[in-house]
Amino acid sequence: MNRAPLLLLYLNVLVIATCGLVYELLAGTLASYLLGDSVTQFSLIIGLYLSAMGAGAWLSRLVPDPRLGRCFIEVELAVALLGGFSAPLLFLAFSRLEVFGVLLYGMVFAIGLLVGLELPLLMRILKGHLDFEDLVSRVLTFDYAGALFASLLFPLLLVPRLGLVRTSLLCGILNAGVGLWGTTLLRPLLTTRGLGGLRGRACLVIGLLAAALIKADSLTSLAEEGAIGHPILHAESTPYQRIVLTKNERGFQLHLNGHLQFNSVDEHRYHEALVHPALSTVRPPQSVLVLGGGDGLAVREILRHRSVKKVTLVDLDPGMTTLADRFPPLEQLSRSALKDPRVTVINDDAFVWISGDDTRFDAVIIDFPDPGTFAIGKLYSTRFYRLLQQRLRPDALVSIQCTSPLVAPRSYWCIVKTLEAVGFHVRPYHAAVPSFGEWGYVLAAMKPVPQRLTLPPELAGELRFLTDGILNSLFELPPDLKRVDADINQLNSQALVRYYDQEWGAWK
Amino acid sequence: MRLNRREMIVAMLGAQALLAGCSASPQLPPAGELFGQSFEIGHRLRDGFRPQPDQSAWREVQVVIVGGGAAGLAAARQLHQAGCADFVVLELEPVAGGTSRSGQCDLSAYPWAAHYVPVPLPHNQPLIALLQELGVVESLADDGSPVIREEFLCREPEERVFFQKEWIEGLYPVTGASPEDLAELAAFRREIDRWAAWRDAAGHRAFAIPTRLCSDDPEVTRLDQLSMAEWLRQQGWTSARLHWVVDYSCRDDYGLPAERTSAWAGLLYFAARLKMPGDEHQPFITWPEGNGHLIAHLAALAGPRLQTGFAVTQIRQAAKPGGGPVEVLGVNPVSLAASGFKARHVIFAAPQFLATRLVEGFSNRTARKVDDFQYGSWFVANLQLRDRPRESGFPLCWDNVIHGSRSLGYVVATHQSGRDHGPTVLTWYYPFCEADIHGIREQLLQATWADLADVVLTDLEAAHPDIRSLTTRLDIFRWGHAMIQPRQGFHTSSQRLAASLPDGRIHFANTDLSGIALFEEAFDHGCRAADEVLAQLSNS
Ligand SMILES: Cc1cc2nc3c(=O)[nH]c(=O)nc-3n(C[C@H](O)[C@H](O)[C@H](O)COP(=O)(O)OP(=O)(O)OC[C@H]3O[C@@H](n4cnc5c(N)ncnc54)[C@H](O)[C@@H]3O)c2cc1C
Repeated sequence: MNRAPLLLLYLNVLVIATCGLVYELLAGTLASYLLGDSVTQFSLIIGLYLSAMGAGAWLSRLVPDPRLGRCFIEVELAVALLGGFSAPLLFLAFSRLEVFGVLLYGMVFAIGLLVGLELPLLMRILKGHLDFEDLVSRVLTFDYAGALFASLLFPLLLVPRLGLVRTSLLCGILNAGVGLWGTTLLRPLLTTRGLGGLRGRACLVIGLLAAALIKADSLTSLAEEGAIGHPILHAESTPYQRIVLTKNERGFQLHLNGHLQFNSVDEHRYHEALVHPALSTVRPPQSVLVLGGGDGLAVREILRHRSVKKVTLVDLDPGMTTLADRFPPLEQLSRSALKDPRVTVINDDAFVWISGDDTRFDAVIIDFPDPGTFAIGKLYSTRFYRLLQQRLRPDALVSIQCTSPLVAPRSYWCIVKTLEAVGFHVRPYHAAVPSFGEWGYVLAAMKPVPQRLTLPPELAGELRFLTDGILNSLFELPPDLKRVDADINQLNSQALVRYYDQEWGAWK
Repeated sequence: MRLNRREMIVAMLGAQALLAGCSASPQLPPAGELFGQSFEIGHRLRDGFRPQPDQSAWREVQVVIVGGGAAGLAAARQLHQAGCADFVVLELEPVAGGTSRSGQCDLSAYPWAAHYVPVPLPHNQPLIALLQELGVVESLADDGSPVIREEFLCREPEERVFFQKEWIEGLYPVTGASPEDLAELAAFRREIDRWAAWRDAAGHRAFAIPTRLCSDDPEVTRLDQLSMAEWLRQQGWTSARLHWVVDYSCRDDYGLPAERTSAWAGLLYFAARLKMPGDEHQPFITWPEGNGHLIAHLAALAGPRLQTGFAVTQIRQAAKPGGGPVEVLGVNPVSLAASGFKARHVIFAAPQFLATRLVEGFSNRTARKVDDFQYGSWFVANLQLRDRPRESGFPLCWDNVIHGSRSLGYVVATHQSGRDHGPTVLTWYYPFCEADIHGIREQLLQATWADLADVVLTDLEAAHPDIRSLTTRLDIFRWGHAMIQPRQGFHTSSQRLAASLPDGRIHFANTDLSGIALFEEAFDHGCRAADEVLAQLSNS
């Protein structure tokens, strides 16, 4: 072998070393993204990877000399496939596989094993052309240089510019490139038989990875969980939304399309404040309608009221109303509220449902997501509130979650004004929910809302947030929540969605 | 000669549609049909088919209304409200409505052509009264403007455009617009505002709807000699984006490119919908079935007096004025059984080009000509989807426009229902804008369902790559003479001006008399023609 191919072979070493380290870093990063606890994850992954490399090096001696060239190329292609697809595969598997951990560690081991084979094979290929000291020192120099290269490239360029999925695919292509190139470079070591097939396979692997690289956008959207910050416990995509449950030291959290819906640590504040004011004024409420609130936590609060005979819950997404079946901690937290015989669950768009039904209710609890899209904004419109009026008994009370009056005052007061525009009497109130901040609600009725509220006796000592005193204090608004002017939210203006977008946009 | 698939796509969508990736074996929806106006009877009429009814098949009636479109049904309502109950409305097709008709599937009703009316300005009292009758009006403001019930106003988000591979809000493609572009857009809006404020010495608006109320001041009518595109250039505006928006608007409302739309009509589109300078355009009133909703109401008012499946073949009146009844002859288009009506008055509420064929002696006796009346062809498709297309950017709107396409994009029939997920129906519009009327158009009119369905899907694929797999049914309506074209000079054409005048006891009512196709115009002509008849009936 003359000098030029030798130099090229060293270049191969550099590429191989860089990619090898990148796969390890990828696995570590992914594991701490998805499973949390980065110290444990990184240390586990590194240990596993290094030991797998050792195993690979040990296995390399089983390869007989005449097959060295071919075997090296086969190993490159295998690394390309496994390593290249590692990040997309792990992301995809995460929300779908119970045994995610097995897959993750299995993959790390397999990649490590293959990477461990690479250098010993290469060194044996080069053995005949260099004396031993020269060989070891040069190969190791390039190997360590590659490692340095990768460790700088990964955090500074690859992750911020390409993201995890693209980085992994790109390294795969590089490995496969080394393999394809090897069919020329190591030509003297290869038999003619099967050479064409080997090249064809290399091209196929490059093609597959390149196709995935082009489609990477749709894969990386799945990676946005990383942005939520906490380790993910459960995730699924329904036709309506992306449901993600995360955990931190003190509890678990539900996110819909990346927006926090509750934190198990303080959701009781949110739900007690949402439900009990409306149910403590209608005495005794028998039939209650819940719009939204598919997690069942509002229903849990409603069922504390002994007078309640019937609860109807309308939530768009069956994926939400059955989530507790697939995620037992929610079943516990909601005390299986949605399975209570008094509760009927209907999966439909509340806007469509409310104009199709004509039963009337003693109280209505509205727990829609914040009005961040037009599809949700319509549920806060004059039209919707007019339809709602037709579902109310004369004394009925309605409570509505209305986003944060501190962050989004125009949005909050827009909802109040919209309710007033269709003839509701409205009493604004608020509660502090640490996970959300200062939160806003309204109590609305077709008659003036009573000034003084008392919790029914069966709730005494049951609640963790409300007492009669606190309940009434929620209606006192501090000066920084004072009323601001806003337009009415109508279907054909959707003023609220625009306010909400501006106000929360400016806050973030 | 039939066009092959590539030729078909190039002819309708332009060569760039092929570049955008036209798959080798197109996947077509599992079901669909091609509909059209009853061509066959039209062709027979052209060939001189005039069967004569038996003695027993004649009926006497005070008024015959020929054509059960918006204009004919408006005339029927006007007669009825004035206490004249002795009339019939004769409609060729099995259903009434003409170009305002609608269809229905399990999921939703949908339009077959006309799909909205802007909220009328207070000067259009007759239309406001119709909307009140429909329960659409909540109250009247002090100036007589109707306050429309929220559920009938097009809900937000109303409109978006697919521009540079992304959906953005509104129609004007703002992405990457230069300061010069935006300055021209602002100047254009100022000019439209100026026209919205403009009044002649008698206090008439330059542009009003119905167009009968427009000023005939030369400063306004002069615009009819220019094309809309020329007018833009005369103002010194060259922004490609502005030209695109204006061209789109002309194609959307008139089925004509800006190069061949009268500037008078082009400006009417923008200025007549502004109450006051600086206002947003008047909001749109719409229903899932589009203006088919108005038709259903009008047809119910006409009740059994509306006779569908009746093709009028001939209208005869005595040569000397006052000499006997007008005879209206016709056939059942399926059985070809002939029958006739003897009427004191006839309201001809079909398009003018048919008057020459149906009214005996029309051209000879009255020296009327109708060759200035030119009509454009349209294709309208209704796509039933099992789910919404996957997409990013600004969310699905009522009106969804694809920049650079020759189609007008699509309207979402389920938009007003408030259902924002799952199955839906899209109504796709395509005006045939090519200059050559008799060459390629004839070939397109021979296209099969599969040819046209492929064109529709190829067009939508640019914005919705998954559209083929989502479409469960695709129906197409091919409108041969869909819409009167307001070309340069037509508004001021003497033929057009003469066409609204009665010919003896035959009165004319159709949107084409206005030179623009709008429900408001059809309605206005129907009311006007009925008033003419009522005045004559009360004189005699
Ligand atoms: C694709 C498209 C989209 C449109 N969108 C809108 C819109 O959004 N808003 C809007 O305001 N306007 C719209 N228009 C225009 C609107 O549809 C028309 O202005 C209006 O419906 C015309 O009504 P008309 O009664 O004057 O005429 P037509 O609708 O043409 O009615 C004429 C009737 O006469 C019947 N007829 C013809 N020959 C005979 C015969 N020999 N015997 C008996 N009957 C006969 C026809 O079948 C037809 O029903 C649209 C038009 C088209 C084509």
